[in-house]
Amino acid sequence: MTPEEETEYRRRQKSRNLVVAGTLLFFVVLFYAITMVRIGDG
Amino acid sequence: MDTASPPISPTSAAATAAALPAEWRDFFTLTKPRVMTLVIFTAICGVLAAPGSIHPVLGFTAILAISMGAGGSAALNQWWEADIDKGMKRTMNRPLPTGRMRREDARDFGIFLSATSVCLMGVAIGWLAAGLLLGAIIYYAVIYTMWLKPRTPQNIVIGGGAGAFPPLIGWVAVTGEITAMPMLLFAIIFFWTPPHFWALALFVQSDYAKVGIPMLPVVAGEKVTRRQIMFYTLLLTPVAIAPWAIGGTGWIYGSVAVVLSALFIALALPVATRMKAADDTMLPEKRLFKYSIVYLFVLFAALVADRVAAYQGWIA
Repeated sequence: MTPEEETEYRRRQKSRNLVVAGTLLFFVVLFYAITMVRIGDG
Repeated sequence: MDTASPPISPTSAAATAAALPAEWRDFFTLTKPRVMTLVIFTAICGVLAAPGSIHPVLGFTAILAISMGAGGSAALNQWWEADIDKGMKRTMNRPLPTGRMRREDARDFGIFLSATSVCLMGVAIGWLAAGLLLGAIIYYAVIYTMWLKPRTPQNIVIGGGAGAFPPLIGWVAVTGEITAMPMLLFAIIFFWTPPHFWALALFVQSDYAKVGIPMLPVVAGEKVTRRQIMFYTLLLTPVAIAPWAIGGTGWIYGSVAVVLSALFIALALPVATRMKAADDTMLPEKRLFKYSIVYLFVLFAALVADRVAAYQGWIA
């Protein structure tokens, strides 16, 4: 891998990791909200 | 800076696709965001038009799960059809044909998204809606994409079933049961799809012929396709009016359905009765295709407007 490819590799990896982290955070909040609603129902 | 190494050019980018991880944007593209707008819209309409109520968080979750399922099956569709997509102008710039993503990544992403969507729907909403979502994913990714699309010129009729699931699932997410009304919503999209897609296929038919997909205009010819467009348009009309006829909606939806369907017939007629000439601009076909999109959006919007009006007591 050339240095340019290495840099590009790191950049893509970083942006993907950020998206995955954001998605996980979103699902944590969503499942918390679903649980609260379900408890309220029951 | 190391001047000995050349910068990454578009061609070398394709060559090194196997080494570089795909961009997150390419995963997003894999979910067919444009098709998704129709899926999300009809699913929202299904949720809002259903009798009864659902907590906004659960309503949002149901729509999210339907969207994820649609995205997952779209990814599986592109994984399976990567070679076909490469040969068509409309699809050749997708992440797989251009080499921006490895095929296995698309497959794994599709399976993960599909499985997560079904589990989310089951846990948060209910297992009937989850079962329907699983059925929709299998219907589109396996029955349609892998089995029937390359084998029968009626592929679009069958494929229409996959796109017809979102309002049905949205409705069932609220009510927890399958009744006549959500089945009619399913039927509307099912009968709407052939005239919508065959109008498009008439003016892009050379592309389908090139990759060997037995699209109706390619296999049965233009005349049969035009006749079939009219046939399904005429079938769609009573189906679109049926929700009002059986008392499932009020006059707002009923009158909108009558007017929209009459206009659909009026635009399908010139398509059905003419033949392509030399240097034809295919204006009637393009007009019908564009109108069919407006038709579905307005019809489903009318369904929600009718329900809101009834809920507020503005109409009986």
